[in-house]
Amino acid sequence: MTEHNVRNFNINFGPQHPAAHGVLRLVLELDGEIVERVDPHIGLLHRGTEKLIETKTYLQAIPYFDRLDYVAPMNQEHAFALAIEKLIGLEIPIRGQLIRVLYSEIGRILSHLLNVTTQAMDVGALTPPLWGFEEREKLMVFYERASGARMHAAYFRPGGVHQDLPPELVEDIGKWCDEFPSKLDDIDDLLTGNRIFKQRNVDIGVVTLEDAWAWGFSGVMVRGSGAAWDLRRAQPYECYSELDFDIPIGKNGDCYDRYLIRMIEMRESCKIMKQCVDRLLGDAKTGPFSSPDGKVVPPKRGEMKRSMEALIHHFKLYTEGYHVPAGEVYAAVEAPKGEFGVFLVADGTNKPYRCKIRAPGYAHLQAMDFICRGHQLADVSAVLGSLDIVFGEVDR
Amino acid sequence: MSEALNELSTYIREARASLVEDATIAYGELTLTTTAQSLLPLLTFLRDDVQCGFVSFIDICGVDYPAREKRFDVIYHLLSPRQNLRVRVKVVTAEDEPVPSACSVYPGADWFEREAWDMYGILFTGHPDLRRILTDYGFEGHPLRKDFPTTGFVEVRYDDNAKRVVYEPVELRQEFRSFDFLSPWEGTDYVLPGDEKAKV
Repeated sequence: MTEHNVRNFNINFGPQHPAAHGVLRLVLELDGEIVERVDPHIGLLHRGTEKLIETKTYLQAIPYFDRLDYVAPMNQEHAFALAIEKLIGLEIPIRGQLIRVLYSEIGRILSHLLNVTTQAMDVGALTPPLWGFEEREKLMVFYERASGARMHAAYFRPGGVHQDLPPELVEDIGKWCDEFPSKLDDIDDLLTGNRIFKQRNVDIGVVTLEDAWAWGFSGVMVRGSGAAWDLRRAQPYECYSELDFDIPIGKNGDCYDRYLIRMIEMRESCKIMKQCVDRLLGDAKTGPFSSPDGKVVPPKRGEMKRSMEALIHHFKLYTEGYHVPAGEVYAAVEAPKGEFGVFLVADGTNKPYRCKIRAPGYAHLQAMDFICRGHQLADVSAVLGSLDIVFGEVDR
Repeated sequence: MSEALNELSTYIREARASLVEDATIAYGELTLTTTAQSLLPLLTFLRDDVQCGFVSFIDICGVDYPAREKRFDVIYHLLSPRQNLRVRVKVVTAEDEPVPSACSVYPGADWFEREAWDMYGILFTGHPDLRRILTDYGFEGHPLRKDFPTTGFVEVRYDDNAKRVVYEPVELRQEFRSFDFLSPWEGTDYVLPGDEKAKV
């Protein structure tokens, strides 16, 4: 065959591919086995969340946030609640803050467990997901015991959390935190030193720090490239500034570093949870778990039986909802996947005028072409795995 | 935090007075208003200046105000990891007035601008590949505009006879209900039926 007959080969990767982590269609242009160009086609899970939020009251909009990154639902609600609280100027009591931090960290472990283990599956290991999902199941039971739902919790409400935690639940979470590191050790033993896992991940998908910032990366993606940047430390919200935890950073910016960071972050999250549990059973054992402001936070059932005022508030809050003063705010949290931000434009009524959801996965996925160019076809799934993509938040 | 923001705001206004129309601080956040012509010089300045260092690109989004003559706001969020500060840059534009693409300054702007085009129909000049991104192949309209109905115009189903997916005009079993719970005692601009007699 003469030279001019050799042409590039186009393949469709997905939208129904198990390594595509959802409904991603990648159009790959290959030269032999080398990737020349990646064109991700997204939007197959687009539900118009932002449009729907504009037609709902602030409280009714919360459940939409569970459905964004459905691997760690409460972290998303957190950003929305923070944005509203910033506009209204609400203070959260310490018990409410601790519960929020506790459940945010549960969310982080949920997400990292899924990502680390499925990334291992993408490169050929089947055991880690089985072990990881056992722990995830236990964490989801904690979600259920707090909010009544395993995934779509709608538990973080503007002003605090929906309901208080019973002491038994807090104790059980504490016990789980004692056992979890040994489970993590098992996964560590399987993967970290594994020859095949290293061959597939070390020096694959290297991103320099400068590129990482310019491409809008955040979270593990910038920490893997060497920036000690974590919103929980840099721009602390809730009571993160009072808690003791470390921020792991990578040296090489490759897939393997990002894997290691996620493993260490899970241990750090466990440490944070342990501190929250101690305080929730110690100095913050009693006390309010949400703001006492009756104009925003609905009253409890018991109060409604006795107080006319509470009854009126309940009726008004669940029909008209509360009015949020006009203004524009941006609130961000360190979600497991990176910086999850909510840009909220309020016009003084009971519905958001505009609610832009800044999902970390969206910025990460757009760099697929930039990262994968020149890699082998098999590396595409390794890179995709280490980007930690969930389509709920990418497509919105 | 707010002192640092005040300093930054004064510094930017002094260093690049011609590029910034207005700088306001509200809710502890700095907003710079600029024009389409001075957008790219301003973004480049914010990124490269030693005292700014906004190297991290966060977000681009549109906001629609149909009642205004220039109906769209294009809003850029930037982050400076070194100064640990955020800034918001706002450009006002109209349906037929393109905004220069920020892709040359921040490569990460690519998909965010495609999304703003898809959702609002905001045009960006100099964008390498301004295609729709989130909506369906062959979609028409810009769904996040305030005058686009929440129910949309077409619905899609699989036709068993044709053996393919077909698009049809939306048919609602029940009319779309938009609940207006705004209290009649405050906030509404209409008169409830019967209320006009109260003043007689």
